[in-house]
Amino acid sequence: MTEQTVAVETPAAPPAVAEHVHGEGHEPGGHHTPEEIKREIRVYLYVFASLAVLTALTVWACYGLKMPVHYAIMIALAIACTKGFLVAGFFMHLLTERKLIYSILMLTVFFFAVLLWGPWHHFIDMIGHQ
Amino acid sequence: MEAHAHGAAHELEIPYNVHPRPDTGLYNAKLGIWLFLASEVMLFGALFSSLILLRTAAPTWPRGWTFLNVPLATVNTFVLIASSVTVVLAWANLRLGNLKWGRLFIAGTLLCALIFLVNKGFEYHHEFEMHRYPRTSNFMATYFTMTGLHGLHVLGGVVVFLYFLFPGAKMWKTDRARYTNRIEVAGLYWHFVDLVWIFLFPTLYLL
Amino acid sequence: MAQRKQIRVGTQWMYADEAYRALKEAERVMKQEEQGGHEAGHPPQSWIRRYVFSTDHKWIGIQYGFTALCFLLFGFSLMLLMRLQLGWPGHAFSLMKVLGEGRAPGGVLLPEAYNQLGAMHGTIMVFLAIVPLAVGAFGNYVVPLQIGAPDMAFPKLNMTSYWCYFVGGVIMLASFAVPGGTANSGWTSYAPLSIIATEGQTWWLFGMVFLITSSLLGSVNFIVTIIQLRAKGLTFMRLPFFVWAQLVTSFLLLLAFPPLEAAAVLQLMDRLAHTSFFMPSGLVVSGQVLAIAGGGNPLLWQHLFWFLAHPEVYVLILPGMGIVAEVIANNTRKPLWGYRSMVGSVVFIGFMSFVVWAHHMFLTGMGTLISAFFQTTTMIISIPSVIILSALFLSLWGASIRFTTPMLFALAFLPMFGIGGLTGLPLGLATADLHLHDTMYVIGHFHYVVAPGTIFAMFAGIYYWFPKVTGRKLNDFWGKVHFWGSLIFINGVFFPMFYQGLAGVSRRLYDGGIQYAHAKAAVEATNPFMSVSALCLLAMQVPFILNFFYNVIAAMLGKRTAEPNLWHATTLEWAATTSPPLAHGNFAVLPVVQRGPYEYNTPEYTEADFLPQHVVLAEAPPTPSGGLLPATAVAQREM
Repeated sequence: MTEQTVAVETPAAPPAVAEHVHGEGHEPGGHHTPEEIKREIRVYLYVFASLAVLTALTVWACYGLKMPVHYAIMIALAIACTKGFLVAGFFMHLLTERKLIYSILMLTVFFFAVLLWGPWHHFIDMIGHQ
Repeated sequence: MEAHAHGAAHELEIPYNVHPRPDTGLYNAKLGIWLFLASEVMLFGALFSSLILLRTAAPTWPRGWTFLNVPLATVNTFVLIASSVTVVLAWANLRLGNLKWGRLFIAGTLLCALIFLVNKGFEYHHEFEMHRYPRTSNFMATYFTMTGLHGLHVLGGVVVFLYFLFPGAKMWKTDRARYTNRIEVAGLYWHFVDLVWIFLFPTLYLL
Repeated sequence: MAQRKQIRVGTQWMYADEAYRALKEAERVMKQEEQGGHEAGHPPQSWIRRYVFSTDHKWIGIQYGFTALCFLLFGFSLMLLMRLQLGWPGHAFSLMKVLGEGRAPGGVLLPEAYNQLGAMHGTIMVFLAIVPLAVGAFGNYVVPLQIGAPDMAFPKLNMTSYWCYFVGGVIMLASFAVPGGTANSGWTSYAPLSIIATEGQTWWLFGMVFLITSSLLGSVNFIVTIIQLRAKGLTFMRLPFFVWAQLVTSFLLLLAFPPLEAAAVLQLMDRLAHTSFFMPSGLVVSGQVLAIAGGGNPLLWQHLFWFLAHPEVYVLILPGMGIVAEVIANNTRKPLWGYRSMVGSVVFIGFMSFVVWAHHMFLTGMGTLISAFFQTTTMIISIPSVIILSALFLSLWGASIRFTTPMLFALAFLPMFGIGGLTGLPLGLATADLHLHDTMYVIGHFHYVVAPGTIFAMFAGIYYWFPKVTGRKLNDFWGKVHFWGSLIFINGVFFPMFYQGLAGVSRRLYDGGIQYAHAKAAVEATNPFMSVSALCLLAMQVPFILNFFYNVIAAMLGKRTAEPNLWHATTLEWAATTSPPLAHGNFAVLPVVQRGPYEYNTPEYTEADFLPQHVVLAEAPPTPSGGLLPATAVAQREM
């Protein structure tokens, strides 16, 4: 159809919502002014520096110091979670992301935890031996 | 955006492809890529779960550095983190309207990714030279499988960025916002690949 | 303000200016049809782009539907060969000779071949027939229409999903020709048997990778479409229940399939690279110790497999429940009872389905704590299922039931799913499962849910939406013959399985169990009867197949005899034109939703017994008596 069809205006229709609502500042990437984007770039570079430092730290702590496994797991996990938080929060701008994405991810993290727990718990709670 | 019955364009126009839907605040591909990443969390989660079970059940399990090259992998970690920075800088530059710098940073991401893969190649080659194959032990099996699957994801990212750097860049002229969104979405995928490595590296090499 | 004039078109009221525009559009389209061309500036798509690599959700839905129905028939045929063997073990059948001398020398089925049939019947039915039909076909065709969208959010991804499914299906079929035959370790492919199995198992694994990829891509598409492309005014609580069911189903596919993909990769590594993810140390096969590293765990495969496969069974049933809900609302001429409870229940089922999987593993030596956990979650998940079933039953109360063919299937679904669900309870209780696990009782339980459950819902959907897709109604008389015949014989096949299971007859026995003293009597009394029922069930599908093809061909020849909204339904798909044209968007005017999905016999409107979701009523609803008092009308509308 080459004709533009017009949205039907009806008395009972819900109020028309403004089409382009970018710039409302809530969506990541909604900051369109060059200054705001340049400020973001600076944040990215700080995050990069932190990630580099944390990587060096984790390698030094676990490998350089040849930490025993139990401590190494705790340290490595803690640092990895921090690095992950930085990447997810800033590079993937999850810190300013919409609630819908958050809830899907929280749900996923819950099922991820269940998946990590299940087989392992089975192994440590078996009938008879083990 | 109301879907107009499609006019001169060959393709049907899908609403909210570029501009976000008001109540969700998202455009379609952004929601799509996060859903896909959620499924990837479950994919790698299954592998981590398997590793936890196998390691807990094993009477002995070697420390990562017994067989693996930690310094090389550390370099690879820096390289991959750098590639994450370059891709987010690419997106920032495209939003500033700067195609030249955007493409340069995408090229930087590609370069880092290729360095990562080449280093991985060296690592694998070294293991094969020492006659350590996946079948040698469960440690080697998990190492090869998890880094292999991760490497395939890196390769996938390389293909996507190659496309956006060369043939796909034509879209900058016709639909600038959509091209920028595509880089954002590809960047989200790329950050996820980096995120997996952030957990994979200590798990395999340092523990 | 002057009121916009309204005119009546069929059973609907339309604003006159809107109707005028639609009329002008219709005139233009008809003139174009006569001229036999496409729009100026719109070059005709090649046949390949239009019908093979289509990106239109309606055509893709039809592709999925046709392919899935073929696989359904094929999987059914595999079952028939199995039932011939079970009914008359060791008997020579000329029909069996289609399997070739390698599998059935002289027409007598070999045990190894029986295992192949068993594994492939399950795999094909679950992954190649039911899910593609329920989600790929019905989901793809109906969901965008029901939410008032022009297409799915990612049309090219949709096309890719279909072709991934197709390739996966070809790989699965090709495995029949491979030396050693197909996979033969059950659809569950338990390690270590599946690791040492013949080459067909590797083909199965590669096929699964394609099928899983297809489902993953499809699920992303569905979720984005439902969230982002709903028409104006279509809030979540105004969605037809079918769309809710598809939304939850897609989340299950999205989050539960990847662990199986990972597990398939691990099993491929075990088979091809000789790793030991699932292979324990010291395994001896045919007297020889295996030369592998060992240290693996067969139970790891079971956990990863069932982590998917349990949500998978909810993937099998939820779209069916969605279809049944639509058909019941439409044929009771009243809103569904407890819509909100149903929505809450279906979301809760989706969530719980991720934490019940190990009830398939009660006999693997799990400790009491973990067994108690899974038993509890399994009991909990039965509650929302009961709520949904009860709500559907209660929807019948005080209804004016129209016993159309789709309604017959939908009504039968209720008690059949009831039997399936109730027989699941002893299986979910760890103690009772000790006796029933891996017996024919389990086979009876899940077939009741899937066969007279989901498949009946699929038939209801086909009879219900066939007029939408083709513009013709399937023949009612033969539809009813199909229904009654299927209902009677399907119970004949599956009900005795409960008896067999309680008597201790194990599943997956190539001779049905006659070689075991404790099982012999039960098996001899029931298996021949069940096999005869299965053959009669096949016979009763013939009227359906003929009915289907006759009407498809007649529709293709242009004999479209059904009126656009022949069921007088309220949901948006019926507001689109019949057999909406491909690649041209679905609606002449995108609908704006005014109300909930099941406004049948609403006091707001008395001209007809249904009020579609998108129709706008003028301020004073037109009634023969001159209208209700304004205050009453407003109060009732707000009810």
